[in-house]
Amino acid sequence: MHAFDYATPESVADAVVMLSDHGENACVLAGGTDLIVQLRENRRRTDLVVDVKKIAELNALSYNVATGLTIGAAVPCYRIYGDAEIAAAYPGLMDAAKLVGGTGIQGRASLGGNLCNASPAGDTIPPMIVLGGEAEIAGPAGTRNVAVEDFCTAPGRTVLADGEFLVSLRFPAPAPNSGAFYRRFIPRNEMDIAVVGVGASVVLSGDGSSFVSARIAIGAVAPTPLFVSEAGAALAGQPVSDESIQRAADIARDAARPISDMRGTAEYRKHLTSVLTRRVLQGAVQRAKE
Amino acid sequence: MSQNGHKVIGTRPIRHDGVDKVTGRAIYGADIQLTGLLYGAIKRSPHPHARIKHIDTSRAEAHPGVRAVVTAHDLPQIADKIADLGEAIVNLRDSSNNVLAYGKVLYKGHAVAGVAAINLHVAQEAVELIDVEYELLPHVTGVLEAMEDGAPILHEDMKTTSMGEETDKVSNIANHFQHKMGEPDDGFAEADVVIEREFTTQTVHQGYIESHNATALWNEEGQLTVWTSTQGAFAVRDQLAEILQMPVSKVKIVPLEIGGGFGGKISVYLDPVAALLSKKTGHPVKMTMTRDEVFEATGPTPGSYLKVKMGATSDGRLTAATAYMAYEAGAYPGSPVGAGAGCIFTPYDIPNVQIDGYDVCVNKPKTNAYRAPGATNAAYASETVVDEICEKIGMDPLEFRVKNGAKEGGRRADGPVHPRIGCIETTQAALNSEHYQSTLEKTANGKVRGRGVASGYWFNFNGGRSAISVSINPDGTINMLEGSTDIGGSRASIAMQLAETIGLEATDIKPYVVDTDSIGYTDVTGGSRTTFGTGYAAHATGLALIREIKERASKLWDVPADAIDFADGVFSYKDDAEKRGTFKEVASQAGDAGGPVVAQVSTNPDGSGGGAFATHVVDVEVDRETGKVDILRYTAVQDAGTAIHPSYVEGQMQGGVVQGIGWGLNEEYIYNDEGSMTNASFLDYRMPTTLDLPMIETIIVEVPNESHPYGVRGVGEVPIVPPPAALSNAIYDATGVRLRDLPMSPPRVQKAVAENGG
Repeated sequence: MHAFDYATPESVADAVVMLSDHGENACVLAGGTDLIVQLRENRRRTDLVVDVKKIAELNALSYNVATGLTIGAAVPCYRIYGDAEIAAAYPGLMDAAKLVGGTGIQGRASLGGNLCNASPAGDTIPPMIVLGGEAEIAGPAGTRNVAVEDFCTAPGRTVLADGEFLVSLRFPAPAPNSGAFYRRFIPRNEMDIAVVGVGASVVLSGDGSSFVSARIAIGAVAPTPLFVSEAGAALAGQPVSDESIQRAADIARDAARPISDMRGTAEYRKHLTSVLTRRVLQGAVQRAKE
Repeated sequence: MSQNGHKVIGTRPIRHDGVDKVTGRAIYGADIQLTGLLYGAIKRSPHPHARIKHIDTSRAEAHPGVRAVVTAHDLPQIADKIADLGEAIVNLRDSSNNVLAYGKVLYKGHAVAGVAAINLHVAQEAVELIDVEYELLPHVTGVLEAMEDGAPILHEDMKTTSMGEETDKVSNIANHFQHKMGEPDDGFAEADVVIEREFTTQTVHQGYIESHNATALWNEEGQLTVWTSTQGAFAVRDQLAEILQMPVSKVKIVPLEIGGGFGGKISVYLDPVAALLSKKTGHPVKMTMTRDEVFEATGPTPGSYLKVKMGATSDGRLTAATAYMAYEAGAYPGSPVGAGAGCIFTPYDIPNVQIDGYDVCVNKPKTNAYRAPGATNAAYASETVVDEICEKIGMDPLEFRVKNGAKEGGRRADGPVHPRIGCIETTQAALNSEHYQSTLEKTANGKVRGRGVASGYWFNFNGGRSAISVSINPDGTINMLEGSTDIGGSRASIAMQLAETIGLEATDIKPYVVDTDSIGYTDVTGGSRTTFGTGYAAHATGLALIREIKERASKLWDVPADAIDFADGVFSYKDDAEKRGTFKEVASQAGDAGGPVVAQVSTNPDGSGGGAFATHVVDVEVDRETGKVDILRYTAVQDAGTAIHPSYVEGQMQGGVVQGIGWGLNEEYIYNDEGSMTNASFLDYRMPTTLDLPMIETIIVEVPNESHPYGVRGVGEVPIVPPPAALSNAIYDATGVRLRDLPMSPPRVQKAVAENGG
């Protein structure tokens, strides 16, 4: 690990100035559960670490049924699932927030950090995509919003330009008769990284017999978490049945572009994408009916 | 009062070192801080096989904060010399070259140079400034590939030893040996069912949570002191004396608390480098490994290839067995294939056996002992073949094991005749267990379930040198010094044997593990020997104390010593009811009659006594779509001889099972085409967590070891032996598919099930 400076700005504007001054030689620290490891292992090198936890907007957490959910980029997972109202409204997001690292990690790790780390296997990213999440970005030119599915561009790379950083994540209020679900496959039961992760959200007809719409996103099977819009589109207007769900699962499998590595072969990952998509859709349907 | 008339043995007192450990006060290797301390780091090879053309340390030496750099040229070059470290035989020239590579690097991670600097970060930066010029050589990491003619050769001067004779053939096969009894061909001819199968296992690591560490101080009069966590302080002392070519009297090792060893903390890695750096700088130097260094540069247990053939009659009598066992030694000769060969068929009484073992060098770290080294690989093969035979002849696999079980008077294929052992009793207890007698639903939650059993054997080292030194405090309690480092609760089990002998409570004994200058030579804590061997010394110490107290009482009471009785913890003189007292009462006065009471005893028992047998039962649930195997229930049955502290016996059984489950289901070194391990972290080297396991149930069988005064058998190692085979048999019961390659990880299980129409 190389020596670096450390700063704790208290406003978005101050952080933008610090980050702009240092360009690619600065990095943002929220929970630090990825960054500190990367610095210690020389996988990243930096001159300046900008700790954004003292900025009010990054610690905001609010929800109401009209406007939806806002999560500051540095809000740790435990605050999100510890809020009973939010947990009840977004169970699909909680599926992921509760399995990032372990209990200790969840006291520091944030959804914002998980997104900015841009791991193809980031557990919270597929559920944020299927819930229609939007990222609010601050930078030298002001703020801009980017859909979560467009945020990651390559492993470890995002749309954030020099001087920009993530302020918050926003999600619409859940629609009636909707449900979301996230599940990953890991060889163990905890403390592991996804071999494949799948998130799905569905909106059902009032009687629960057919899909009004659906969104499906898959993780660890492409250079970035992947929004498979065609899989969701194939469900719209279809009856809720094993056949329609299997068809969507096949589309998701075909969209997967995995590599073979020590966590699984490409063939195995494509197979798992189909299995998990089916199971996750069944789970989302179940929640929509509850 | 416990069973067998014992007062202390068989009870469950709080361990003496427990409170300090759970409150964080226990001192481990990394806790050492000394005035003027420097920090060391190691430069390691990025290549699996290369000739070192040149090492340029000038940039590192010029880096601010760097105090010294050492390479193999700072080590004395030593001739071949074989040393027995208790659990492994090593050549000290190889050990020296493993500590700092000389001439060639033989695996990725092989140490090339060491740096001492004012702090760890400077040391790590300086490592990057050491320039090593390599001539790359082709590498080989698989055991069968390494045995082929034309394979890249690791040691150009190593000729294969075959059946005890050195041949002229230069190859990676260091040794081929054979054990034979009876006529296997005749035995197979008698059999109604013959099964022959091939198996592979991968390199796995002990995975102790504490990484290797050493802090060395080479003082101005040439006295070297090393603080380290090790399974054998004297073994470290002797290795250092040889590698550094200095008298043992100039080396003192201070063993600190150890965060797991399992066989992997006997060989030295950092200690000689820290010593050289201290000699060069005149400062103490501390070195600790990172986790990836532990994986890539210490001693895992080998990957292997096995072919096993067994035959039985239709009424369930084993007639013959053969095994071909090829084990990876890693970079230098010395795999545990010999131990595996001694264990493979030992749970059975088989008249005709042939075992061929091959010790093969590959471009991986030098393998080392890991909990019953070699036996788990072996049992994975033999115990799944047994399962298949039982299926073919339609016999319950535990009844088959009882019928064919090893017993007193039978012999192992490698020679020794069994004394009184508990093989059949153990299997019978598994057969009778509530778990085995229970019914398992074959499907649930869309998943399939199955039950499997397997047995295992480990020799146990019923011998070795141990020393105990005790002094009696004024209140009659005892300070007990020992040389056996405590990796599994042995402080408690040894203190309990002394307490039992002299009629005190376990808490009246304060056990301390002390440095090599403070106690007589004691062999390593390994081979499941410590509760046996140092407990043996503790019993002898108790007898010596009783003799001494009788002498003192004789003076205090003015009666002949040989007229004083000692029974049930009380000294008494039969002709005078006033002249009696408990051990504590008499001992607390004894100092007035001849000065403080002390005793020193050393023992070296003869090594007979028989080993440990285990039989395990496991229920699994398999997700056929993902290949994931969940363990529903697990019961381990084992002969402990006499369980001194049953909780620690159970803990050893549970710990061994868990490591065996990890080995069976997910653990493996994964190598890429460049000969580099791709998963050198606890994220991708998947050991089970508490969330992956049910509570492991235990059944302790007690068939006393006739060569120990309290009947102790070692318990620490055999529980790792059956799990992979038991899991394979359970997965077969659930899915109808037999898996013969470890680990039985989800991708492998899913593929096998899918290919078999599951």
